[in-house]
Amino acid sequence: MKKLICIECPKGCHLEINDNLQVRGNSCIRGKNYAINEVTCPKRIVTSTVYIDSKLICRLPVMTEHEIPKEKMFEVIKELNKVKISAPIKCRDVIIENVCDTHVNVIATRTIEK
Amino acid sequence: MAKVYDLVVVGGGSAGLASALSAYEKGIQDILIIEKEPFLGGILQQCIHNGFGLHTFKEQLSGPEYAQRFIDEVKKTKIQIKLNTYVNKITPEKEIYYSNDEEGFCLIQARCIIMATGCIERTPGAILLEGKRISGILTAGQAQKYLNIDGYLVGKKVFILGSGDIGLIMARRMTLEGAKVMGVAEIMPYSNGLSRNIAQCLNDFNIPLYLSHTVKEVKGKEHVEQVVIAKVDEQFHYIKDSELIFDVDTLILSVGLLPYNTILESMGAKMTYTKGAFVDEYCQTSIPGVFACGNALHVHDLVDYVTDEAKLAGQGAAKYILHDLKVEAKNTLTINGNGISYIVPQQYNLENISNELIFKFRVKRPFQNVKLVIKEDDRIIKSIHKNHLLPAEMEMLKLNKSLFTSSASTLTFEICEVAK
Repeated sequence: MKKLICIECPKGCHLEINDNLQVRGNSCIRGKNYAINEVTCPKRIVTSTVYIDSKLICRLPVMTEHEIPKEKMFEVIKELNKVKISAPIKCRDVIIENVCDTHVNVIATRTIEK
Repeated sequence: MAKVYDLVVVGGGSAGLASALSAYEKGIQDILIIEKEPFLGGILQQCIHNGFGLHTFKEQLSGPEYAQRFIDEVKKTKIQIKLNTYVNKITPEKEIYYSNDEEGFCLIQARCIIMATGCIERTPGAILLEGKRISGILTAGQAQKYLNIDGYLVGKKVFILGSGDIGLIMARRMTLEGAKVMGVAEIMPYSNGLSRNIAQCLNDFNIPLYLSHTVKEVKGKEHVEQVVIAKVDEQFHYIKDSELIFDVDTLILSVGLLPYNTILESMGAKMTYTKGAFVDEYCQTSIPGVFACGNALHVHDLVDYVTDEAKLAGQGAAKYILHDLKVEAKNTLTINGNGISYIVPQQYNLENISNELIFKFRVKRPFQNVKLVIKEDDRIIKSIHKNHLLPAEMEMLKLNKSLFTSSASTLTFEICEVAK
């Protein structure tokens, strides 16, 4: 039996998962999936910023489009710190495809027109 | 003659954008948003982490993306925007003095105003932080702006005082960018941040949380060199020989937020002890036609709730402009009973409610397995079982109008312990 706090939403349900991957304490399906992932292959969304050449700002906020394996978080940040892009950028534009072989793209989360 | 606007919204953050859009949808076209920064979105633009919008959009968005959705909507409308513009003064007659580089110092007249001015962070002075005022002491929001907007990591070895959510978010953010976060101290015996942030921001990176601890001394010549923390008892007195010393170059404070209302206060609006305005069911302040919403009204944990509240304020503003708000009818006052620290709204007029009343409140301390009892005068109208109640988590309650009688003069919320 393992106790977890669900991170899927701000409610923060207190979850319990046993060796047969049965989940208790969740109030939605996200909580169940989170608990199973957390004991089999923990994953996280990574958010950061990248350098952008723009008249308005100097850092563009980005995030992984889906969760990536937790142990690759630092590797992804390292990749992001190499990126240099220029405006215009639209929110949801792909900044890095398949980052660190995770099959997940890094996308922009802000529109910068100039 | 000063130019006249139907509605002026002060602040272009999450509350300002949603309230302007909501008034626009209700038929008010002549709207001006005044924003002091060079872009819309407010504090969301520096909150680059995910977790926003689960209620509103059923998706996990970053702060900037949540803001972007509203910015894109506003740009489709005729809502006017003034960026880089600072509101200097507003009179009770709704004359607004503002200044910016292009126009200089200007005066306009509003028929209706929504104050969506957000909140500010408590400072080292506000918490009487002991030790020197040397460089390397920053609030969590400052550190966040430096890192996420300007691209500077403010320290390599960091200690965080206060377990507020921004502090926890910054612990993770700075760790990912290569800083070593030595620990987080919280003076209360429980955390002030959301449980999920303790899990994903501290536990994920093995950052220790020291409950019932606070900073006793900050040491260093010109820059922070050491932070000394100590354990405290129930009266917050230091416990002897409990000191822990950390060699750090940065101390970050995440010790609470306060609604930012200097203008509203100077206009003479009635304020509450939480520094927000005293408002009714549509977020209207004691000055008719002046509304307040978002973190300026009370500090929220979730932007989704800010959006909901701002929409309500926008609807109220539209009703006010269209002379659709009843003002003479009897108001009911809300009362903070046992265990409740505040309730918004502070009063309501049942005649203005079409189907449900929305209350937001916080508790004074953590509770487990209790009943939330709601009384109209002395009559219990609702009793709700609650497994967990935390001061860090704002509670929202929607109650159907049919539960209420319009003759009540007070509505009391209180926490009752359940007999074991």
